[in-house]
Amino acid sequence: MKKVYGSAAEALDGLLFDGMLIAAGGFGLCGIPELLIAAIRDAGTKDLTVASNNAGVDDFGLGVLLQTRQVKKMMSSYVGENKEFMRQYLGGELELEFNPQGTLAERMRAGGSGIPGFYTKTGVGTQIAEGKEVKVFDGEEYILERGIFADLSIVKAWKADETGNLVFRKTARNFNPPAAMCGKTCVVEVEEIVPTGSLDPDHIHLPGVYVHRLIQGEHEKRIEQRTVRTREDA
Amino acid sequence: MPSDIKGWDRNRMAARAAQELEDGMYVNLGIGIPTLVANYVGDKDITLQSENGMLGMGPFPFEGDEDPDLINAGKQTITELKRTAYFDSAMSFGMIRGGKIAAAILGAMEVSETGDLANWMIPGKLVKGMGGAMDLVAGVQKVVVVMDHQNKAGESKLLKACTLPLTGKAVVNRIITNLGVLDVVDGGLRIVECADGVTEQEIRDATEATIVA
Repeated sequence: MKKVYGSAAEALDGLLFDGMLIAAGGFGLCGIPELLIAAIRDAGTKDLTVASNNAGVDDFGLGVLLQTRQVKKMMSSYVGENKEFMRQYLGGELELEFNPQGTLAERMRAGGSGIPGFYTKTGVGTQIAEGKEVKVFDGEEYILERGIFADLSIVKAWKADETGNLVFRKTARNFNPPAAMCGKTCVVEVEEIVPTGSLDPDHIHLPGVYVHRLIQGEHEKRIEQRTVRTREDA
Repeated sequence: MPSDIKGWDRNRMAARAAQELEDGMYVNLGIGIPTLVANYVGDKDITLQSENGMLGMGPFPFEGDEDPDLINAGKQTITELKRTAYFDSAMSFGMIRGGKIAAAILGAMEVSETGDLANWMIPGKLVKGMGGAMDLVAGVQKVVVVMDHQNKAGESKLLKACTLPLTGKAVVNRIITNLGVLDVVDGGLRIVECADGVTEQEIRDATEATIVA
């Protein structure tokens, strides 16, 4: 089966529908599927629920889907860098479900592994536990969290071969593997598609079984907070 | 008034927090004063975790060497070390939740005498999210809070019960403030150490939480 597509729009063709749940990789602006986000903006799909650790900034990342009001609800752990997000949220136009970061990652990993729920100590005794089943194991309380089963995963990797085996780069891996795992269909954008056989099988970070469609493209890879030291400090 | 009280400044608090770290530890540092702790580990072999998927976090890059694929949990550009390992967010929080990370040093708005921690939201103010804080305090072996003893109004931040929404319940082990070091023990907080020029009585006077002998 051919997985390589010519553009983000082609790769998303037939997969988008109003009201769908999308799991997106990335942390801050690092390792975000920027080409697929732009294509979803162009497609105009509405009432989206997006599971993503962050919501981008006003004019980049998932922020562009907020500007166009295509997002109905975010499932995130931290949304501090996005003014438009806050405006819509405080105005009651946007739903927000806060998830502790590790719980969000594990909900994706669990969903992708066929696990509908798991118990965790994270959030016990906090607002996050409200309305959730509590179970005691060996004298300690845990709360039930649900696996995420998304309609679509949008993911950014560094390299792929033509069968969809993926390699990530540095901290741009972050939420991309768990996000890739939990979608019914997973579309991946990479910086380079290499011939099958040229990646070392021992160095594959996510095997192609999780990847259904693939595109290669140019990435802006914007830096959110540029912090440096001077040579004299060293 | 807090300004009248002697004690430790931000750097002295960070230096004192660094004493909590032992050779060979894998540690997660929060933002603010906890970030400064890295400057005071000395010869100890400490590996810093960044919860976005990295063990072995290095210093900021030299100008021109910034890599958009290499950031810390505060979204700042950083560098890698020889020992660095990368992994995904699920594994990152697996090692946090699984107790593989020895300690987390983090800031706080309030701590209660039973070790409850509040540091993620103030009702009515802008809510940004808890990020990885709830996972960290629930999972790591030891939670050390570094914060000012009192708020800007001069009120104790060490309380009988937290007034703000909790980040975790009964999770804090040790509190390092500008006035000294306190442990969460049965019945309340125990003074472990007084900051320079600060007496036990001054700590008691500045603390709402129960102090036990």
